[in-house]
Amino acid sequence: MGIKYDDIIIGGGHNGLTCAAYLARAGRKVLVLEKRHVLGGAAVTEEVFPGFKFSVCSYVVSLFRPHIIRDLDLARFGMQIIPLETAHSPLPGDKGLCRWSDADKTREEISRFSQCDAELYPQFGVEMGRMAHFVKEIIDSPAPDPASLNPLEILKTLKLGRRLLSRGRDFAWLHSKLLTMSSADFLDMWFESDVLKAPMSVSGIIGTYLGVRSPGTAYVLLHHYMGEIDGAFRSWGFSKGGTGQISVAIADAARHFGAEIKTSAGVFNIIVRNGKACGVALENGDEYYGSNIISGVDPHRTFIKLVGEEHLDSSFVSQIKRYKFRGSSGKVNFAVDRVPHFGRPDPSYKHLRGDIAISPSIEYLERAYDQAKYGEFSRRPYLNIVIPSLVDPTVAPPGKHVVSAFVQYAPYKIKEGAEHWPDKREEFGDAVTDTIEEFSPGFKESILYRQVLTPWDLEHEFGLTEGNIFHGELSLEQLLFLRPAPGWAHYKTPVKRLWMCASGTHPGGGVMGAPGYLAATSILKEGLL
Amino acid sequence: MPRPTPFHKRTSELCTSMLWKEWAGYYAVRSFDTCHEPEYYAFRHSAGLIDVTPLYKYEVYGPDAARFLSRIVVRNIEKLKVGRVTYCCWCDGNGKIIDDGTVSRLDDDYFRLTAALPTYYWLKRFQSGYDVTVEDSSERLAVLSLQGPYSRDILDSAVDADLRQLKFFGVLRTKLGSIDAWVSRTGYTGDLGYEIWVERDQALKLWDSLIEAGRPYQLMPCGLDAMDVTRVEAGFILNGVDYYSAPTCIIEARKSTPYEVGLGWTVNLKRGPFNGHKALREEKQNGSRWALVGLVLDWDEYEALFEAHGLPPHVNSAAWRTAVPVYDPDGEVQIGQATSGAWSPLLKKNLALASVYSEYSAAGTELQMEVTVEFSRRTVTAVVTETPFFNPERKRA
Repeated sequence: MGIKYDDIIIGGGHNGLTCAAYLARAGRKVLVLEKRHVLGGAAVTEEVFPGFKFSVCSYVVSLFRPHIIRDLDLARFGMQIIPLETAHSPLPGDKGLCRWSDADKTREEISRFSQCDAELYPQFGVEMGRMAHFVKEIIDSPAPDPASLNPLEILKTLKLGRRLLSRGRDFAWLHSKLLTMSSADFLDMWFESDVLKAPMSVSGIIGTYLGVRSPGTAYVLLHHYMGEIDGAFRSWGFSKGGTGQISVAIADAARHFGAEIKTSAGVFNIIVRNGKACGVALENGDEYYGSNIISGVDPHRTFIKLVGEEHLDSSFVSQIKRYKFRGSSGKVNFAVDRVPHFGRPDPSYKHLRGDIAISPSIEYLERAYDQAKYGEFSRRPYLNIVIPSLVDPTVAPPGKHVVSAFVQYAPYKIKEGAEHWPDKREEFGDAVTDTIEEFSPGFKESILYRQVLTPWDLEHEFGLTEGNIFHGELSLEQLLFLRPAPGWAHYKTPVKRLWMCASGTHPGGGVMGAPGYLAATSILKEGLL
Repeated sequence: MPRPTPFHKRTSELCTSMLWKEWAGYYAVRSFDTCHEPEYYAFRHSAGLIDVTPLYKYEVYGPDAARFLSRIVVRNIEKLKVGRVTYCCWCDGNGKIIDDGTVSRLDDDYFRLTAALPTYYWLKRFQSGYDVTVEDSSERLAVLSLQGPYSRDILDSAVDADLRQLKFFGVLRTKLGSIDAWVSRTGYTGDLGYEIWVERDQALKLWDSLIEAGRPYQLMPCGLDAMDVTRVEAGFILNGVDYYSAPTCIIEARKSTPYEVGLGWTVNLKRGPFNGHKALREEKQNGSRWALVGLVLDWDEYEALFEAHGLPPHVNSAAWRTAVPVYDPDGEVQIGQATSGAWSPLLKKNLALASVYSEYSAAGTELQMEVTVEFSRRTVTAVVTETPFFNPERKRA
């Protein structure tokens, strides 16, 4: 293995690839090593059943940074995001509540449940938009560390504080509430209708092992409003060709800039010499050497499995071990021969061109969480469903459809023990099928194929520790300068020349590309070759 | 008062937004829904169907037809092969552009010309001495434009012909079920796409058969607002917006030549005389005063202008066509105007088409363009960029 690289990236997920593309664009010699036969990590499209292309794990593009699309010219490499048009909450035996991009239509829909809520809804949007605008800068730059004595960090923290205060006391108060409250309680301050609050509240709990009444869950509500104001405009969407197409486009851009990408190249360990990372050894015995080793896998896998405790300070090791994963979700993908109606027999299916939330009430969500607390998967879970084939004919044969269901709660640590998940896989899948059937009778009959992914599968197939889709829970104590560990939030690690570039770093999970970009920026700033 | 097109019975049922505009004397849908964006995405992700009947259409036939058209337009039509379409423009005697459109060679001595403005008089004016007949088929023919990555699959399932044989800018005659149609591989979106030309009384049958064929592919009826965004991404100019037809201009300064609006590549100078030949040859030698360029606005600067007011950045989702000044790199001297533009949801870029003094037209030149933020006029850096801004391989594939 004579070639020495400038940068070796472990894991060809969308963040690893983004990092690789930026580094290669800067003229560096970059190698990406992906364990699986396909690129993308959790942002992957696979033809699991003939003609049906599933966005196996990640199913919507959340806040993919628009500047990355511009910088890397990703549209040219086939990246196309189709915005979600609607947010539909079906109810059994009712036409449910659908929120549209047409504000008047949405007001009319909400009015069926509460006229006051209907009129407040756009005002809530304005307030949240203001909050999101304030927070936006945070996701596009490394998180300032208020505990640091570095004058630059202090300055950044002060600047942030000044921005907060410049918006007035009311704003700062609301912001504090948002930081500390539960998403359900926060919404209670505004709305009375459960049918409206329930689907809104869930964005605070996605990927966490918390309920909608758990404090600290309100903050993630902002993510839904961020997309409107971050220069991407309606950035929540489907990727044409499935989520994997995003990874393919970024990989093509990276190759275009000269990066080398290998698949079926699982890394066995990171080679550390004299406290400095200098290469990687593959599972097949091959070794590659580079000036910088950049980990696109989660913190636990990076430090405990690939580096090894012997190279790390014990207090750092215990911090990483305490870093919470607690995967709480699964995924069930269906291939169907007709579109489920979800309470509305409208043949244009306009109400299904976005996401569909099975969350009829706050109580429903709390009951789903109750079961999870005691180590069971929810029998009637919260589901976030999308039917991407309704807007993107690429992913299913003509006339057929793909129904993707994100399922919460499916705790990694079930009471029988996580290793018993494979025995429960089909039972879990049945609970999801039955739940959908309840909200869209006739669904069962339409199923051609079903793919069930439990948190165990997410860990074993996709390398997501404890099946956490965000490389670690997105809970307040693990965000910003605390992600993944206090003092190590700037993509650097205690091991020299070892960096992190994925969702286990600020600003965290979701198909955003931000950690990959920010890591590359930090590496380039140091200029280490 | 605008008239309905032959597709009105269908489009009016679907146009729940009631958003119509007048186009060449016809009612044309702006967007079927209150929000045009899904229609834009249909053009780029699946397929969109748009009624383009209001285009002016002329049939030119007779033994001298090729020679006759070559006399009028800047392209040498005698070289156009049967089954091919060409894009071109035509000028007055001073080389000032009158209109742009396509010329299709449907047979040896049978051509079809499309135009944005009424052109019958202009064609008749040059008829004497040529054995040629000019027919205004604008009313007789109904036209649908089927555009988008899945347009081929949809049309393929509806027509008899093998569409793989129909190359970019090709045209053929075929049948859609019982309907006789001309199908051309053309469009105004810069994507893979087709235009289907039928007799007026076949219009509804054509609409229905395409909608049916498009069902499995999520074909969506689209309006002009969506197409306007795609045409900016494609870098296509529009008569009356990005340049003005010479006979409509009160002052000389408003008129343009093909070279000045980016259509120099359509001019064939090395041949017998045509309208504007002499003036265009001179301009080719001496250089042009103006150039039409693509501009990409600097996003960070744009965002900062809003941030200064405590606002998040805002762009209109619709394309715009109200001209704004463009300044030199120092932002001091006005050197042209941006005539239309759009936020590209696909590229995440703020795009514009502009006419600038030719010395400022080199790709990469950083100009300043006026933007209005919170009621105040500011400028933002706009980088001269080659068009098309978006140029998918499938367009030609």
